[in-house]
Amino acid sequence: MSMLDLSGITAGYGPFTALWDVSLRVAEGEAVAVVGPNGAGKTTLLRVISGLIAPRSGRIAFGGAELAGHPAHDIVAHGIAHVPEGRRLFPGLTVADNLKMGAFLPAARARYRESLERVYTLFPVLAERQKQRAGSMSGGEQQMLAIGRALMSQPKIILLDEPSLGLAPVMVLRVFDLIRRVREEGYTILVVEQNVRQVLKLVDRAYLLEVGRIKMEGRAAELAEQDFVRKAYMGV
Amino acid sequence: MEPIFLVEAAINGILLGGVLALLALGLNLIFGVLDIVWIAYVDLVMVCMYAIYFFHVAFGWPIWAAGLVSLVAGTLLGVGVHLLIISPILTSAPINQLLATGGLLFFLQSAATFLWTTDHKTVRLSLPSYEIAGIFLPATRIIPFAISILAVIALYFFLTRTYIGTAIRAVSQDRDAMSLMGASPQRIYIVTSAVGGLMAGLAGALLIFQYSVHPFFGGQFGPLTFMICVLGGLGNMVGAFIASFIMSEIISIGGVVISTEMGYVIAFVIFIVMMFVRPGGIMAKRE
Repeated sequence: MSMLDLSGITAGYGPFTALWDVSLRVAEGEAVAVVGPNGAGKTTLLRVISGLIAPRSGRIAFGGAELAGHPAHDIVAHGIAHVPEGRRLFPGLTVADNLKMGAFLPAARARYRESLERVYTLFPVLAERQKQRAGSMSGGEQQMLAIGRALMSQPKIILLDEPSLGLAPVMVLRVFDLIRRVREEGYTILVVEQNVRQVLKLVDRAYLLEVGRIKMEGRAAELAEQDFVRKAYMGV
Repeated sequence: MEPIFLVEAAINGILLGGVLALLALGLNLIFGVLDIVWIAYVDLVMVCMYAIYFFHVAFGWPIWAAGLVSLVAGTLLGVGVHLLIISPILTSAPINQLLATGGLLFFLQSAATFLWTTDHKTVRLSLPSYEIAGIFLPATRIIPFAISILAVIALYFFLTRTYIGTAIRAVSQDRDAMSLMGASPQRIYIVTSAVGGLMAGLAGALLIFQYSVHPFFGGQFGPLTFMICVLGGLGNMVGAFIASFIMSEIISIGGVVISTEMGYVIAFVIFIVMMFVRPGGIMAKRE
């Protein structure tokens, strides 16, 4: 039984179509990756799921509810947390206030203390930096905060958009470590990445998205063995 | 000129700055969240001043009760402006939004002229004046100043200590990201507009202590308020607060040293020069 079930999603911006008839499933407790080159529509896919853009056609079923066309703030309430591309923290707010905003919804606010403790245990650096302005932290720490902020909403699934983008090589490995830790906590994850080699080590299954269409799907280990994937995306 | 007059002018400048800060912060708060300048902001203040005048003078309510009416009127006007004027054109070009709130300004001025004529209406309050070391301090200035400062402190705590206040600051930094946190943008806009309107109502209640109200009252403080916001850096609350006192001091001291009109002239000239020197406002980081 899948938790998130996309079928026949077509979406885009204005006259431009970025996704064509995309179908995708994520089961509870699973980690799934969507990989593909720049401009394949990976970010659009996550934006459609979290309601930042409405799909033109297709269905988004999540835990039995139909979410296509719902506004973003409503979709969060269903338990989908989106860590957007470029992190999108509130740079002028402190680390603690950023986390507080993650728990904006009434249900999440009621469990604020508990969530905060959980995030601080997972990412101790954030506890040390509580009073620091988010914008003044390093890229890796900001990514940590962005993930922590998403966890504050008590999500059932976390959407991660290019978590390693723009980070120094050392930080890339650390961020993948962080995601692994989040995973071990039992969260369901859908991650979009250009760093195919790293992300395939992390997830159970993966989809290959090219020019707006799903071109391949399979278990991460199998996909990593495919000649086509190795040549095109892993530089082997 | 005796130095005592300069001291008195400086103190008056501070007292005026308090109410100006209230106006500037209200306008700036709305701009920070919605990216729209309510050109008609001080005209809403004007309507609130009329509310106090009628409830106090015509209906005989006590001044504090009339003041509360002004706060309620301001809040409702704020929400009304958002729902009726801003909300339908939220995604239009900025110039159209500016024109719409500019249109509201002419509507309010004309409606006030039509309903209440161009007569200056004054609420007469018999309040004492204090003389300390030869400096003359009327309560009609001290009370508005004290209440303004308390209101600014209250606004500070609202924006930094409450969930919704923090969300308002967050939206002003990243609108989309805040909707990913589960906050409905429209709800945040309404709360922001209500708070901005409440501040207009309070400013009206405090300005009526010192000024008579007439349909063109907005022209007296509107451009000045906008100028303070730009000088402080649009959307920058700390900058607006400081700029309020800079402007009020220039006007007050300039007014005593030369003449009242020249006080305003000097303030505007300094503003123009500042726009060349630091176009991002006094608080902007140097490029």
